[in-house]
Amino acid sequence: MDNIAGKKPALIWATHISVLVLVFLWLFPTVGLFVSSFRTADQIASSGWWKALFPQEQNTMIRTASPETQQQIDGNYVIEGNLFEEEGDAAGEISAWGTSSRDIAAYGPGETADLGDDGQLTVAANGDYRLVNETEFSGRRGERVFLTAVTPPSFTFDNYRTVLFNGQATDKMGKAFINTLTVTIPATVIPILIAAFAAYALAWMDFRGRAFLIAVIVGLLVVPLQLALIPLLSFHGAVVEWFIALVGTPMEDNARRFAEVGALGRMLGFEPGDTINSKGYLGVWAAHTGFGLPLAIYLLRNYMVGLPKDIIENARVDGATDFQIFTKIILPLSFPALASFAIFQFLWTWNDLLVALVFLIDSSGETTVMTRQIVELLGTRGGNWEILATAAFVSIAVPLTVFFFMQKYLVRGLLAGSVK
Amino acid sequence: MHPALQGLLTIAIGVGACIGYFYFSNIILDKVIFPARGANAGRNINRANLVRPWLFLLPGLAALGLYLAYPVVETLRLSLTDRDLGGAYVGLENYRKMSGDPKFWEAMRNNAFWLLVVPAMSTAFGLLVAQLTDRIRWGSIAKSLIFMPMAISFVGAAVIWKLVYDARPLGTEQIGILNAIYLALGGDQPMNWLTIPFWNNFFLMVVLIWIQTGFAMVILSAALRGVPEETIEAAIVDGANPFQIFFRIKVPQIMGTIVVVWTTITIVVLKVFDIVFAMTNGQWETQVLANYMYDQLFRARDWGVGSAAAMVIMLLVTPILVWNVYNARKEMK
Repeated sequence: MDNIAGKKPALIWATHISVLVLVFLWLFPTVGLFVSSFRTADQIASSGWWKALFPQEQNTMIRTASPETQQQIDGNYVIEGNLFEEEGDAAGEISAWGTSSRDIAAYGPGETADLGDDGQLTVAANGDYRLVNETEFSGRRGERVFLTAVTPPSFTFDNYRTVLFNGQATDKMGKAFINTLTVTIPATVIPILIAAFAAYALAWMDFRGRAFLIAVIVGLLVVPLQLALIPLLSFHGAVVEWFIALVGTPMEDNARRFAEVGALGRMLGFEPGDTINSKGYLGVWAAHTGFGLPLAIYLLRNYMVGLPKDIIENARVDGATDFQIFTKIILPLSFPALASFAIFQFLWTWNDLLVALVFLIDSSGETTVMTRQIVELLGTRGGNWEILATAAFVSIAVPLTVFFFMQKYLVRGLLAGSVK
Repeated sequence: MHPALQGLLTIAIGVGACIGYFYFSNIILDKVIFPARGANAGRNINRANLVRPWLFLLPGLAALGLYLAYPVVETLRLSLTDRDLGGAYVGLENYRKMSGDPKFWEAMRNNAFWLLVVPAMSTAFGLLVAQLTDRIRWGSIAKSLIFMPMAISFVGAAVIWKLVYDARPLGTEQIGILNAIYLALGGDQPMNWLTIPFWNNFFLMVVLIWIQTGFAMVILSAALRGVPEETIEAAIVDGANPFQIFFRIKVPQIMGTIVVVWTTITIVVLKVFDIVFAMTNGQWETQVLANYMYDQLFRARDWGVGSAAAMVIMLLVTPILVWNVYNARKEMK
């Protein structure tokens, strides 16, 4: 059916072109961020990223080497060098230059400018310059030179180095990356197991109220987790207070701090004066588990119902218990559905901001996750695109990798998960 | 203890506890409480089988009850109380306070526009891409590229689109593509797109449309594949042109799926938070309900009004909830 009747060649061309345009539109913003993360701050500020892939004409200001490097040649004082090398860029082609910001294109390449008391400056097209004066150069800084030059595309990994390893505290995505991973993996594994058992019961065991429970789970699928924030935050607080009272004595003014620690508490490593924070990893794991369960149960049940009945009944006849049927037959056969849900939950917990904000990140900021870190950067360094773009790309890279390798399961999960 | 280690330990404990629970509870049920021996062997087996489903369901139901069902009730209760008065019952006072807040009505208005625009545009684009890529050889590559934003976090998408909307003063090079195009087409000065009241809402919606189109496309593409070949062939034989085939033959047959996609995206829209939080934080008249609620809960520290706002979101979701449950029950019969 590649070339069905009723389709004109013109229409086929139109189809190809429209798809090309749509793909281009959808890809363009992401590519922009990706390209920007490999450019220096100067490059990002001086030209749009879409020009970065081509050699481009740029206006820049570069200083010659400082007077400390001057040499005496034939009775004149000389400073020599290459302008591009002063800036670290290796190459370029100068089309015009000047020594004043008011007239940045006063001279052509190879011409000599007379700077009066400051001597004569000659700049060649490749950036070589020679500053000559009869008297000694003084001052600390070199002469300013304004260039109009065509520079080849150049990219750098410096941003990634800054963001991941040696940035200031707010730029440190490295730690946030580990934290995000710490949130994500238990929050993906635990609900799968709990949901698998429940799904098996709902799919293959007969009991009163089964249909009702399935309906409840379908209903819970769409309950906004916004409703859960305050009640659960109080609940987590209550659990902490209960725990403190269990292993020690709470302080009077602050119920979440130990006045004394009992034997059990000492064994767990607590000391008097310790505070237990109601925000933390345990809370966020529990919250993600709870919020992920309806989809998990729903997906897995739908899949398990479709498994061949004969296998299960034969196993029953052979005397297998439900527990054996579940672990030996259902679980291995349900692998595709388990994988689908695992990807969903992984993407959702990795990309989550709200749950982490409410249940995990305390005032110390030690447990910050990447999404939170990026929002912070948007506020404090909204103009520093090299940092922002790189930080965002670090956080996007992992889900994108998962996406491209496991797309099959994701699509399958979406198809099974949308309520029909 | 390092959190990563703590995480590994949690996985081990969590998984171990789950497996242990299921394994031992089954053993206890079969060997201790209702042993399949002695005089009552038959009756005991039946009894054990009556209890067993609930053993399997218990952890899941407990978590669902605690983390989703209980909060609905508790939020309703909180929305009728005042925290400053020590949680005293104040009736509908919080709702009255909220309805006197212009920011709330701004959020309601914006949410209404979000609800109208985002599901419609995402579904339309998704349907368009699904149809266009249906019969072309590189269709699956095209689809996977358009699907890709689904994997990107709302926060990441916010950064991506902030770069698109970036504005630099007139006279310097524009680094945001939108302003570069706008100036190239004869615009007189760069615009701060996100600060133009009312229209900035639509610039935020673009981000969600960009993300959700892939979802709509995947579902609708599968539905289009499911349209029986005979109906299309019959239409071709009758001389229908490609547009008639699409709108008169295919679309009516996948209408059910279109509704599903539409409602699913509607729910995403009602909960939209991260995009607004990261891009404008509700400034310049871009407030939405979920962000308004967050503001009330964690900035104004007013749990009453915050819970009332959450209940409004719940109320808006309820029709879809009922519809989904109704359909699921119908399907099971």
